[in-house]
Amino acid sequence: MLKNHPVLKHILGRAAWYLVTFLVAVTINFFLPRLGKANPVDTIMAKVSAGLDTKSANAVEEQYLKEFGLVQVDAQGKVVRGKSGKALKTSLGSQFVNYLGMSLRGDLGGSILQHPKRVSEIIKTAIPWTLALQLPTIVFGWLIGNVLGALAAYKRGIFDKLFYPGALLMSAIPAFCFGILLVYWFAIKREWFPAVGGYDEGLTPALNAAFLSSAAYYYVLPFLSVFLLVVGGQAIGMRSMCIYELGTDYVKYAKLLGVKENKILYYMFRNAMLPQLTGLAVSLGTMVGGALIAEIVFSYPGLGMAILTAIQSNDYPVITGCCLLVTTTVLIANFTADLLIGLFDPRIRAVQGGKP
Amino acid sequence: MKLFKNLLKQPSFLFGASLFLLTLLLALLGPLVFHIDTKTRVGLAYMEPSAKAWLGTDHLGLDMFSLLIQGLRSSLYVGFVAGTIATVVGTAVGVYGGYKGGLIDDLLTVATNLFLVIPSLIVLILISSSLEEGRSLTLIALLIGATTWTWSARAVRAQASSIRARDHVALARINGYGTAGIVALHILPYLLSYIFMVFIIQTATGILTEASISLLGLGPYDSISLGKILNEAKTNEALTDGAWWAFLPAMVLITVVVLALYVLNTSLEGVFNPRLRK
Repeated sequence: MLKNHPVLKHILGRAAWYLVTFLVAVTINFFLPRLGKANPVDTIMAKVSAGLDTKSANAVEEQYLKEFGLVQVDAQGKVVRGKSGKALKTSLGSQFVNYLGMSLRGDLGGSILQHPKRVSEIIKTAIPWTLALQLPTIVFGWLIGNVLGALAAYKRGIFDKLFYPGALLMSAIPAFCFGILLVYWFAIKREWFPAVGGYDEGLTPALNAAFLSSAAYYYVLPFLSVFLLVVGGQAIGMRSMCIYELGTDYVKYAKLLGVKENKILYYMFRNAMLPQLTGLAVSLGTMVGGALIAEIVFSYPGLGMAILTAIQSNDYPVITGCCLLVTTTVLIANFTADLLIGLFDPRIRAVQGGKP
Repeated sequence: MKLFKNLLKQPSFLFGASLFLLTLLLALLGPLVFHIDTKTRVGLAYMEPSAKAWLGTDHLGLDMFSLLIQGLRSSLYVGFVAGTIATVVGTAVGVYGGYKGGLIDDLLTVATNLFLVIPSLIVLILISSSLEEGRSLTLIALLIGATTWTWSARAVRAQASSIRARDHVALARINGYGTAGIVALHILPYLLSYIFMVFIIQTATGILTEASISLLGLGPYDSISLGKILNEAKTNEALTDGAWWAFLPAMVLITVVVLALYVLNTSLEGVFNPRLRK
């Protein structure tokens, strides 16, 4: 049945592939932080145990061990004890099973630094900021960069001579460096824009005009810091792609036939776009990472800042929770790009009725 | 030889190469020519550039110029180590998969594609944050190399499998060459220019990645790097204090090194790939 629906077959194949990738990512996310000796309960205990005698410290520690699922618990919710009266440790395997179950329910555990706050709550307040910053910068930056790159390749001449070095410089500047430059120039020297934060500190996040306009004002510099770099990087890739297309027979033939310039440009653009779409899928992880780092420069209240704060205080559940979310988002975005490729690539559509 | 002459004719190659050599010389000869001291205080916090401290002082009163030279050395070191690992592992996996094919190739391709989509920065954050002690510069370089080789593997594999289909490889096979002989004599030589370009890009990636994780506070404990200088400047309010010398020079150095490598790469691409030369 699938043979007659090549696009559907493509989609299902990709979906299965991403499911496998997701499972690997979840596994990595669980095991990597547990490579080191550090354990969340020790971190909390270092903070709260001061002034407690050994017995009550042990009781408190057991409470925390139970909460983080590090000791075995029976059906009544009581800690299972061994012969010596010590609590039995949960094996890494069953910790992993618990973790999988919790992750699927959207429960990422509790924060250490902001105990008893849940990681999912922290992420919930951070994620709108990251999405608002990353989605437009990457999507529009990618589109505009590709159009400019195609134009530079086709027009050559003075436009290309000016544009290409600029784009190359843009693609070489790390997002965080460009961000620091913007902050220094436009926020500290000129005071045109605020230097840090996502909104005026006197306001509370809500959907009203005062908050939204403040957020928009604070948005300008972080947006520019990522957007211009994405444009630069994409334009360079598209430019060399289009130069390659310009040398192909179909473009030469179309030129000899006297086909209108705009039409040739359109054909060329369409053909060069497909590898660029695949390229987007590969570079998306890097772009998202770069934008997360840029958030830190602006102390923008998104996931990047959440990860930074968590790293500074060894808040492992928050680090892994944010990392899992970023990975999942990148996977979903890649899947979307793959679906678009399935829709646009004539080679996939052409495989009708199982014929190659 | 002709290739080299072609290269020297390219202004962009000359620009990129001289820019990169300049930073390399600064890093290698800096400690010999200038007095480098990153341990003793030469003044108060965030002192402006003066004759005594050419680029001012940092938040502890240390000489910024010395810190920069030391930071540049570390960053280049991380870049080279990470770039070498990523290139060697990527080439080995790519050439093997591209030439041999078969089940192992399928498995390698699956692994490569898996780790291409999972953001390497995230993997690095996860590993580095669990290694509380012992995050040395070399370890960071090794980790970066271990997470970025997938990109080179994919790029090299595509090239290797296209060369496999060429006639001279078939001829070598008919003449009884073994796999090792064919790879060493008939595939690698054609890939060398490409692998060199991969190495350049991976070195730049290594420098950028180190700066990124250092900025997150996951930098090396045993040395100063350009990313760590930026991290210190950011956490110690250099930006809001207007102490430009605490972050601007470090930023310029990172950008110059990466730009030089990128320019070098595109100019090489222009020479190695005659289609782009017009």
